[in-house]
This record gives sequence, structure tokens and C-alpha cells, in this order.
Amino acid sequence: MKTSVHRPVRSAAALSALAVLLVAAVPACTRSTDDGNRDFPPVPGGAYSVALTEPDHLTPGRTTSSYALQVLQGLFDTPVTLDPGDGHVVPLAAESVESDDQRVWTLKFPANAVFHNGEPVTARSFADAWNAAAYGPNGWDANSYFAQIDGYADLNPADGQRPTTDHLSGLTVLDDTTLRVTLSAPFSQFPMLLAFPAFAPLPRAALADPSGYDRHPVGNGPFEMDGDWQHNQRIDLRRAASYTGARPPMADAVHFKIFTSKDTAFTELRAGHVDFVTTVPAARAYEARRTFGRRYSVRPSGTMDYLGLPLADPRYANPELRRALSMAIDRKGITRAIYNEVYLPADSIVAATIPGHRDGACGETCTYQPAKARELFDRAGGFTGPLELYFANSDPTYEQWMTAVANELRQNLGIRDIRFRKMASADLGPILNGGRATGPYRQNWVVDYPSMQNYLAGLYLRGNRTGWHNPQFDDLLSRGNAASSAPESIAYYRRAEDIALAELPLIPLWNWRDQSAWSSRVGNVLIDPYAAGLHLDRVTVRH
Amino acid sequence: MGRFIARRLMYAVPVLLATTFLIYSLVFVLPGDPIQGLAGDRPVAPSVLAELHRRYHLDDPLVVQYAKYLGGLLTGDLGRTFTGEPVADVLAGRWQVTLRLGLTAWFFETVLGIALGVWAGLHRGRWADGLVLGGTTLVIAVPVFIVGYLAQLTFGVRLGWFPVSGEEAGWPAAYLLPGLVLASFGVAYVARLTRSSLLENLRADYVRTADAKGLSRRRVVIVHTLRNSLIPVVTFLGVELGSLMAGAVVTEYIFNLPGIGQQVFQAIQLREGPTVVGITTALVLVFCLANLLVDVLYGLLDPRIRHD
Repeated sequence: MKTSVHRPVRSAAALSALAVLLVAAVPACTRSTDDGNRDFPPVPGGAYSVALTEPDHLTPGRTTSSYALQVLQGLFDTPVTLDPGDGHVVPLAAESVESDDQRVWTLKFPANAVFHNGEPVTARSFADAWNAAAYGPNGWDANSYFAQIDGYADLNPADGQRPTTDHLSGLTVLDDTTLRVTLSAPFSQFPMLLAFPAFAPLPRAALADPSGYDRHPVGNGPFEMDGDWQHNQRIDLRRAASYTGARPPMADAVHFKIFTSKDTAFTELRAGHVDFVTTVPAARAYEARRTFGRRYSVRPSGTMDYLGLPLADPRYANPELRRALSMAIDRKGITRAIYNEVYLPADSIVAATIPGHRDGACGETCTYQPAKARELFDRAGGFTGPLELYFANSDPTYEQWMTAVANELRQNLGIRDIRFRKMASADLGPILNGGRATGPYRQNWVVDYPSMQNYLAGLYLRGNRTGWHNPQFDDLLSRGNAASSAPESIAYYRRAEDIALAELPLIPLWNWRDQSAWSSRVGNVLIDPYAAGLHLDRVTVRH
Repeated sequence: MGRFIARRLMYAVPVLLATTFLIYSLVFVLPGDPIQGLAGDRPVAPSVLAELHRRYHLDDPLVVQYAKYLGGLLTGDLGRTFTGEPVADVLAGRWQVTLRLGLTAWFFETVLGIALGVWAGLHRGRWADGLVLGGTTLVIAVPVFIVGYLAQLTFGVRLGWFPVSGEEAGWPAAYLLPGLVLASFGVAYVARLTRSSLLENLRADYVRTADAKGLSRRRVVIVHTLRNSLIPVVTFLGVELGSLMAGAVVTEYIFNLPGIGQQVFQAIQLREGPTVVGITTALVLVFCLANLLVDVLYGLLDPRIRHD
């Protein structure tokens, strides 16, 4: 269908908008995290290996696991990608992503791109993939990423009925190279969402034989599968001959070796049998720094640990008391003692890598001030009855720092009766979702795309787990979503963040950082603090 | 003997039924929702939740779930894991790894354990005896994960004699080090058991008689004494065959061997009923067969024990 109806009227304002993304020839290399390999000749060829934890799926829409994303990043080109320097949106599989009103978006794709099996990548390949992921009865993991697209509710009826359609009404394929996306409300951060692997295109084979495809995904990225995924053992990729996109790979092949134990993976790196470990355990930070020197890097991650408070319980209703709890916790001491300073104390809701982050946005509320905490605590009327701390048993460090938190609350605020409610994640999840927690609970927020909006909407919007809601906050957030430029959006989001921090329905604790180390065989290492992780295409191998 | 074996095999049927039901109820009686636990912080869309509940029969009452499971079992369908893989496929891919690891460890336990025990027993009170007693005490005292990491760093990284982890080198190279680590506790136990049992029997009347008849020392020890001394050892080794299969969790984790132990550990954490039950059923079967083997061996070792 050839039509010119879709062509947007380009006003001057729209052109200057963040929303207009014209294709850059090649995503510019902004910075290399690796200073130890300046002398590395950028010669193509060779193969390298990466330690990995077993992913759950390799079909883009079926997974949100970071281990799967690392592999998918090599196999697929998403419509856009994020610049490793500051997280701004750069076109990848799409030529442009445009909107005049932040609600109706037009994606243009090049005409010549193909999948690894030779099938052309068209606007329909994207629409098919998104429809499959958004279709509730498929039970795909990334389902909720499509919630902003018009028609999502029809594919996911609330009452558990079977949907009457399997197509998002908000997706219109205008022709082979043009896709129009209509959102249910204006959303200026939508292009960022398109960098998530669930938005990658799928060939027809993926929908005809989903389980076969999951073992041997056929993508449109710089690498293709070399044989099937061997569960719990390995995933092999090789350079895709058909690839014509913006990031041709340097190496000929990448071998993912799958480990259950991250300690064992690190030991294999030390023995020289693996080239990359991107998840060095925090406990081995000193050893890694000492052994690998310049071939070791710590990169900030968007993940934040926090203590949520059950606001339905009247004992937690007073914001002063919530601040007192926050100021009684020694974040610095805990991150040093338990996480070897690999984790960083949080001083705002959003991590330092996110555009719009302000150092110290949380102010003195997130600093350790036992005397002041006590003062606030007494003014708020103190605390009666047992204080129960909820956390999952999935990681032993949770209990270690919960013990520290309990001692600090006891010492600094004089709360005598503190109890642990330690349980499996399978038990904790329903308690939190049902609003049945009777005390502070430990959770973490894993960021999907580097926007303040992701934290604010995920943690604080009406219907969140703490039970907090504030109409002014909701209003500022939707104004930020509808704003036409990034600075304007950020200004609204910051005002919303200030409200959330003043009211403090949840206490930010610390931000995670990921440690990586690599062998002397590989160079030109770029590890991204945003979605992509290790940039598989850029790595060069000494061979 | 044939009727004995047939009878014992028939006993295994109710044992299997009872264990599967017990494990199934234990896994499912626990409160909580495995699907929501999997999703972590982000609430699962209600439509997806409903679909996954339907797919894994999580909304049915326990008895109905179990009946559906048994029905599947009879047609060879062991259910599916939460990532959608058939449990039968998962087990098929992993059994060989655990079996190889278990048998390697069992071999070490049998050969090394008995040899060390006999050596110590025949040199009672001298340095060899002291060495074996001291060494085995140390091995029993140190937890297996410490032995594992130390062995990995020393023989894998420093000396490079064995692969550090994984099973790509195949049998036997990839299994020697993990096998030794897994066997370390058992070797110590078998050595001490053999030693004390041998010492006891060496003082028995029939041994003095054999000596008095003028038989060679070698014949007295190997044919007359050892054969009797091995009965408690065989009992231990028989049961050990089952526990080696089930108890390889830590070793498989450290050495990154994709076996049953790894899988059952993950499955319990994720509350994957079908996977846990499937593996347990298989393990119960191994235990039943190992016990049967032990009972048969008794008869061969000690003619006074007869099975009919």
C-alpha cells in the first residue's frame, strides 16, 4: 500500500523536538571504557567467549532477563538504540521515529534489510512481533511493555476472558517501510522504549513454530545463531553475512558459555578459559581489581534497592516518621561492609546515569543523621508494636544488611521489637501485590529505559505497592509525558520526584553497579550502562 | 532369587506413588504464587497471569492437579518447566551428567576407600594407620564447597591439570576432579569403616583357625577376612550410590556441571512442581534399585544370608 497520507506535517517545533530522530550514519562512538587497550589493533576476525547465566528465552518478546538481553543484542537490531554516553535515542533498524503530538508515532524503515534467513524485514515484521507479545493468552514476559499502545486492553481483558482480537488497534502498517503507532495517551519517552529487545522484528517462522524458534532465533542483527541453543551449556553466534545495518561486527564469532555459579565463571576467567565476565560477584571486587587492573571496570546500573512502606498501616502514615526511618539508616556503612563499595548509596530516586538525575535530590533525608532522625521520630509520635521487615531469601546479603538496618533502627530510634519476615520470592510477591505487607519490605527497581519517567511511573503511580497516591504527582507525570522536548519533560519529572521524596512512600537505599573483567585477548571493550551491556559488535580479538 | 527380585520390584510401585504424592503436596501446599514470584518487582498483567495459571494447572485443587500429573505420567508426559521445556527433555539431557559424576565418585569411594582402609587396618598403630585416620578426620571436618573451590584453584587454575569447570572435555577428564571432591567425604567414611570392620574380624576365631591351618597371609586377609568385613561397607556404598546422585548439588554448582542437582535446586527455588516431582521420582527409583542391589550382594558375600 503506497500512500502519502502518513507523511507528517513538519512544523519547526516538531523538527526541534526530541521526537524527531533522523538517521545518523553510524551511532557515534562516544567513549571507550577501556583505557588498557589503546594499542590494540582494530583488526576484524577472531572469536571470543562471554560467561553467561542461563537465559529463560531467546525470543525477544518472551523475555526480560538481562542474560537473554545480552545475547539478543547481538542477534537483533531494535528500531532504535541508546547512545552509550548519555542514553539519548539513536536510530538503528528504523530510519526515523517521529511524532507531532507525542501520541501518534511514525516509524520509517529502510527497504533493503533482511533477516538471517533472507526474509525481508518490513513494517509488518515489527507489527507481528509486537502483536504477539501484547496478546495476553501467549503469556509472553514482555507483555506489559506494550501497555501504552492503543488496543492493549482488548488483547488483555481484565476478567481473564479470551480476547476477541489478536491485533493491537494502535498499530497500522502503512506500507512495507512505514509503521504508524498510536498510543493511548501522549508519551514523549516512547522512542526510548523502542530500544528494548521486545520491540525487535520477528520473521514469519517465529510465529509458526515458537518453541523451535526459541532454540534457534533468526534475527536481523550483526550476528546469527551458529547451531541451536544448548541449554545450560552454550550459545554460539557467528557473523551474519546478510547484515547491512549500522553496526557490522569486528569479530567473526561469539561463544556464550553458560554458568550456574558466577564464582565459577570468574575462576574460569582467571584460568584464561573465558574472555568476558560481566557479572563479577561483589564479594570478589578486590581480587578482580588486583588481578585485572585496567581490564576491570565498574559501571553504574539503573537498579535501585529500596524499602517500601505499607502506607495503609496508620503507623506509617506520617511522612515525618518515614523520613526518620530513612535518616536512621547508614547507607554508606552498609554498602561498604556488605557490598565492598561496589554499590553506591542512593541520593535520589533515579540513578546517576539517567538524564535528569540531580546529585543529592533526596537531600538530608537520604543521609545518615541519627540525632535528627530521633528528633523527627519523637515529633511524629514514635512507633508502637512490632516492626516487621519483609525480604526474599533469594540472596544471602539481604539478611546481612537487614540485620544492620534492624540494629540501626533499634539504636537510633529505640524501636525495640523488630522482626524479620524472610521468605521465598514466590511468597513475597503475592503479599506485596495484594497490599498485605505489615512492615517495610525490600525490593529493587530494575530500569527498563533510561528515563526518570520509568522510575516514577513504575514505583509511584496510582496502584503502586505502597498504596501511596498523590494527584499532583500524577498530573506532573502526565504533563511530562506530553511535553514536546526533553528538557521540558525533565522539568516536570523533577517536580514530581520532589513530591515523591518529600512524601517518601519508599526509602531509596542504594544503586547497584556491575563489575566486569576481561582477558588480555580482547580489546575495544565498550560496556554500556544502559540497555545493551557489552557491545558484542565492537569487540576486537587478538588472533 | 528371581522371585525375590520380582517381589522387591513390585514393592517399588507403592513406594513411588507415595513419594510422588508426598512431594507434590509438599511443593503445592506451600503458600505463594510461583508465577508472581518469577516476575519480581513488575506486576504481571492479569491476562498473562491467568494464562500461565491455566497452563500449569495452578488454579486446580491439589488432588485434581496431582491426578492430571499422574495421568500425564502414564502417557510419558512429565509436565513442563516454567520456561516451557518438557521436564522429560530436561531430565534426559541432564541424567547422563549426574550419572557419570555419581559413578565416578562411587568408583573413587569404592577403590580408594577400601584400599586405604585395608592399608590402615593391616598396619594398625603404625604411621600408615595414623596418616589415614588423621587425613580422613580432616576431610570429614572440612565442608565440601571449601574442598571444591580449593581443588578448582589448585588443580584447575594453578597447575592446569584438569578443566576448571564444565563438561565439554567429556568423560573422564571433566569428571575426575568433581568426582574426587564429591567422593572425598565417602572415601573417608569407607576407609574408616573398612579399617574397623577388618580389625574386628582379624581377631575372630575363624581367622585364627585359617592362620593355624598354615594359609598364606594374603589368602587369609583377602579371601577369609575382607569378604566378611565388607558387609557394612557394601551397605554404606549401596545407599551412597543413591545419595551421590541426589547430593551432587554443591559439586555440580561449583564445577558448572549441568546435572540433576543443579536443576532440582533451581526448581525448588522457583517452585516448579512438575520438575521437582519428576526428578524426585527418578531418584526414588535409583534408591530402590540400589537397595535391591545391596540385598542381592549380601547373599553373594555371606552365604548364610539367603533370599527365597
